Amino acid sequence: MNAISQDVTAMTASSAATAEGRAAKFMKRRNRIRFYEILVWVAAVAAIFVAPTKLLILTEIAILALFAVSLDLVLGFAGIVSLGHAAFFGLGAYIAGLIALHFIAEPVVGLIVAGLASGVLGFLTSFLILRGSDLTRLMTTLGIALMMAEVANQMAWLTGGADGLGGFTVGPILGIFEFDLFGRNGYIYCLVVLFLVTMIARRLAFSPFGLSLKAIKGNPMRAGMVGVPARRRIVAVYTLAAVFAGMGGALLTQTTSFVSPDVLAFHRSADLLMVLVIGGTGYLYGGIFGAIIFTLLKDWLSVVTPQYWMFWIGLILVAMVLTGRDRLARWIEYLPERFSRKEADR
Amino acid sequence: MTGIVLETKGLKRRFGAFLATNDVSLKVERGARHALIGPNGAGKTTLINLLTGVQPPSEGQVFLEGEDITSLASFRRVKRGLTRTFQINQLFTDFTPLETAALAIAEREGIGHNLWRSITGYGKVVDEAAALLDRFGLASVMGERTGTLPYGKQRLLEIALAFASKPRVLLLDEPAAGVPEDERHEVLAIVSDLPSDVTVVLIEHDMDLVFSFASRISVLVAGAIFTEGTVAEISADPRVKAVYLGENV
Repeated sequence: MNAISQDVTAMTASSAATAEGRAAKFMKRRNRIRFYEILVWVAAVAAIFVAPTKLLILTEIAILALFAVSLDLVLGFAGIVSLGHAAFFGLGAYIAGLIALHFIAEPVVGLIVAGLASGVLGFLTSFLILRGSDLTRLMTTLGIALMMAEVANQMAWLTGGADGLGGFTVGPILGIFEFDLFGRNGYIYCLVVLFLVTMIARRLAFSPFGLSLKAIKGNPMRAGMVGVPARRRIVAVYTLAAVFAGMGGALLTQTTSFVSPDVLAFHRSADLLMVLVIGGTGYLYGGIFGAIIFTLLKDWLSVVTPQYWMFWIGLILVAMVLTGRDRLARWIEYLPERFSRKEADR
Repeated sequence: MTGIVLETKGLKRRFGAFLATNDVSLKVERGARHALIGPNGAGKTTLINLLTGVQPPSEGQVFLEGEDITSLASFRRVKRGLTRTFQINQLFTDFTPLETAALAIAEREGIGHNLWRSITGYGKVVDEAAALLDRFGLASVMGERTGTLPYGKQRLLEIALAFASKPRVLLLDEPAAGVPEDERHEVLAIVSDLPSDVTVVLIEHDMDLVFSFASRISVLVAGAIFTEGTVAEISADPRVKAVYLGENV
């Protein structure tokens, strides 16, 4: 009898050990590098050599992608909708412009200061989005962005008002790499920043923090019941997303040597949501894929039908919404996940 | 070690003109196996919601270990050792059971705010999550999406999730509802195996389960405590039977 009970204990112990082994494997599988990730970065680097005449639009894509990755952290992870993410992008753009104009022409300093400034704004406004439903949040974030746009418009002595902020030149990156006429170094600069931000966001996504964000999005009541301090986590991720968005704005200023009041415009926030609808949310690369498709589509349509391209974009958006948001958000799952498939089932 | 661990004083909750919880003053002793029974709509779940901070009370106070926790958010109560299961599953449908358990354990260990290290790096958390799932018979489905699991498995995860927080006071809202008959006793056995200083408050309709599990029973009717006593007292009380059969007392 004793032997039997020992047997049972051994059995349960071994089944627990097997479970632990499998669990470790599942967790490793969870944050392994996906096929499409390598594809994206290889293609982005290859573009420098393959498409040297398209670098300006590629720079535009990289900046939009950075902006979208930033919103994805808030929307795709914590489930916070925003129609005012341009507030952070625009603030970053103006700060970078002002720094180049008055203080230092070297862009990396401007990039970091712009990110920090937007982060401060993000932190302060994050408390306004803690309460309420999606609709309240849309209105609050929209309101903040509109106020920022009006402030920039009114403070013409500082921002140039409706004329925009210009008359500055951006110095070489780190004092070494000059911005060239073809936008080659500008593109590389934006790509490096996008890569670094995406890698930071990726670490975050697979950390306990990232998991808790998805829990808040998935079921806030239960998240509280397993001990997730939802408000603190939302404040943290919103602040971080604002930093990234501000850096996106800074990149735009530095690659164009001009700040248009357009950086704070409503359509920027709205376009950004569309980018994420196209690319899908919650897996980080949605912002990048969405930015590529959205920019190319916009570019192509505005050549084909210069007057009506917005109509076509709108029509495509309606078609996508009718197809179903879920299906769109999951299209990435149909891509191959890894190079060798066999290993998955072992 | 004995004493009152969970207490309410004059707890009331109104929904418009409807009084869902009517002046409930309840005392639960440490290590008790305390059952809350009552007909449908008696306010059992509302009471649990008030205890765990899912809803704020209209009046009255809640005490945990003698401290007033009435205004504390749910997650702070969990940190103090008070957690619950839900009558209707409240799970993260896009998570795998493994992620779900790892999340709860990570939060319990206070590493949930870490945004730099991958969960894979916390071997202990992953191991514990695996062991917990194994104990609830969920090891075979640990890598599947929770939303696609059969209801019985989701139900087990619901309960396992409360265990992951290592509560000192555990509130179970009809844990056996929807659990297949053959797994039902297994669930209750795991609950019974809890250390004796862990307090369990159980809402349950299955009287056999209640009588075999509980040491003390409170009967809730129309939001108020109707009567309270030991299993023997309650099972012998003709008024309780009458209440359950919907007769007027």
